[in-house]
Amino acid sequence: MPHGRLLRVISLAGATIIWEIAASVVNDPLFLPRFTEVIQTFYHVVASGDLLRDLFESLMHFGIGLGLGIVIAIPIGMMMGWSRTADNIIDPLVELVRPIPPIAWIPFAIIWLHLTHYAAGFIVFMGAVFPILINTYAGFRDTPQILIDSGKVLGCVRSRDLIKKIALPYALPSIATGVRIAMGVGWMCVVAAELFGVSNHGLGYKVWWYKDIHQMDGVLTYMLILGIVSLTIDRVFRYITDERLLKWKTGLVRNK
Amino acid sequence: MLKINNLSKKYDDLLVLDNINLEIADSEFICLLGPSGCGKTTLLRIVAGLEEATTGRITLNNQSITGPNTCIGMVFQDYALFPWRNILDNAIFGLEMKGVDKETARNKARKYLRLLGLERFEKSHPHELSGGMKQRVAILRALLIKPEVLLMDEPFGALDAQTRNQLQIELLKIWNKDKKTVLFVTHSVDEAAYLADRVIILSKRPGRIKETIEINLPRPRDRTSMEVNKIRSRVLKTLGAEQEAQA
Repeated sequence: MPHGRLLRVISLAGATIIWEIAASVVNDPLFLPRFTEVIQTFYHVVASGDLLRDLFESLMHFGIGLGLGIVIAIPIGMMMGWSRTADNIIDPLVELVRPIPPIAWIPFAIIWLHLTHYAAGFIVFMGAVFPILINTYAGFRDTPQILIDSGKVLGCVRSRDLIKKIALPYALPSIATGVRIAMGVGWMCVVAAELFGVSNHGLGYKVWWYKDIHQMDGVLTYMLILGIVSLTIDRVFRYITDERLLKWKTGLVRNK
Repeated sequence: MLKINNLSKKYDDLLVLDNINLEIADSEFICLLGPSGCGKTTLLRIVAGLEEATTGRITLNNQSITGPNTCIGMVFQDYALFPWRNILDNAIFGLEMKGVDKETARNKARKYLRLLGLERFEKSHPHELSGGMKQRVAILRALLIKPEVLLMDEPFGALDAQTRNQLQIELLKIWNKDKKTVLFVTHSVDEAAYLADRVIILSKRPGRIKETIEINLPRPRDRTSMEVNKIRSRVLKTLGAEQEAQA
């Protein structure tokens, strides 16, 4: 095993052992459940099928919000990055709404969409839309003039073609970064979005539910699952984008 | 015939080009020299249709140039290759825009990449290539759509001396074959003396045509021959006077 990887394994194992020892010293499962208890609970939620159901619903809330965010933010970001007029019209609105924490939208989410999955998706959307918008905008705005010029002299003159053939491919890495940040923020919003009772399932919902029945090992189990799922989504996304979309960027910063 | 008539360019109140008149015959190789900031690049960009002249007009075969036009190709100092496209797909960009089928275009480009010794790199991205290779691809990309005029904005300015000489030789080979009209901006007197049929020297800003020097020497020229040296010293003298006037 390479040296670096060994250190990583030791670090994780060490933390787990310290946790287990600390929990047995505290000896209060409400204050700090043991690692071994959490593992048992984890086994239980997997075996009972609860986890699958929770995972499905959370991914649904996440998917609705992120999907909507991508569909809405990318075209708007493109318009803002491409046209000064669109920028001047849209930017003040964006800057007004963007600083509002997504969670503050919960009351309106309930009024507008009632206690539905869409209400939860809406909260995720409010978290996801701005990182994608801002990064799409930046990518478009930063398209080097020389690439636009060289497109023009090669017969790529219409705005539609310049966007499709030059600005969009140039901005793609930036858009991908936006989506990645949005996935992180959106996933955080899932926990809040499942707090107000859109359904009786969901990873976020279960964190609150286990707390209400004073089973902190359940809380911790679902916290860890939230982390692992987020990590997995991020890794998969990075794998796909790095390998396929953004190969040309790799060498620019770190020589492969 | 490329004609530039009474062309002036102003940025706000700053006069950059002042009443440029120039007639360039088909297949003529022109080098444009002048002190930094004299408007050489601006002139080239106006001919390319990337910028508008404030007054005056440019015609190619009696057709006014009002915007980018595939009859006029351009090569930039910074190569301006598309970093997300591999070498082959960079080369075919212009053909693609003309609506040529991708595979047909690729096959056509492959033939030339082989001539340039770049066939092994067709799947590479620009950042993996040296400056000389990148500029070869950029020249190929410009030539593949068969422009009548090729504009070159200090194309070899960022290259080391040896690569530069090599590319000059290759450029002349290409030019000998299909005899395009070339308008070539450079800072290098040696380059101009080696390449041009006619050297146009612009004055410091606002750029005016200060002097025109015809070079009637056969190619390939010997860079160190008496005749070439004579041309160089003539160009240097004019440029030197211009630099002094600036200082």
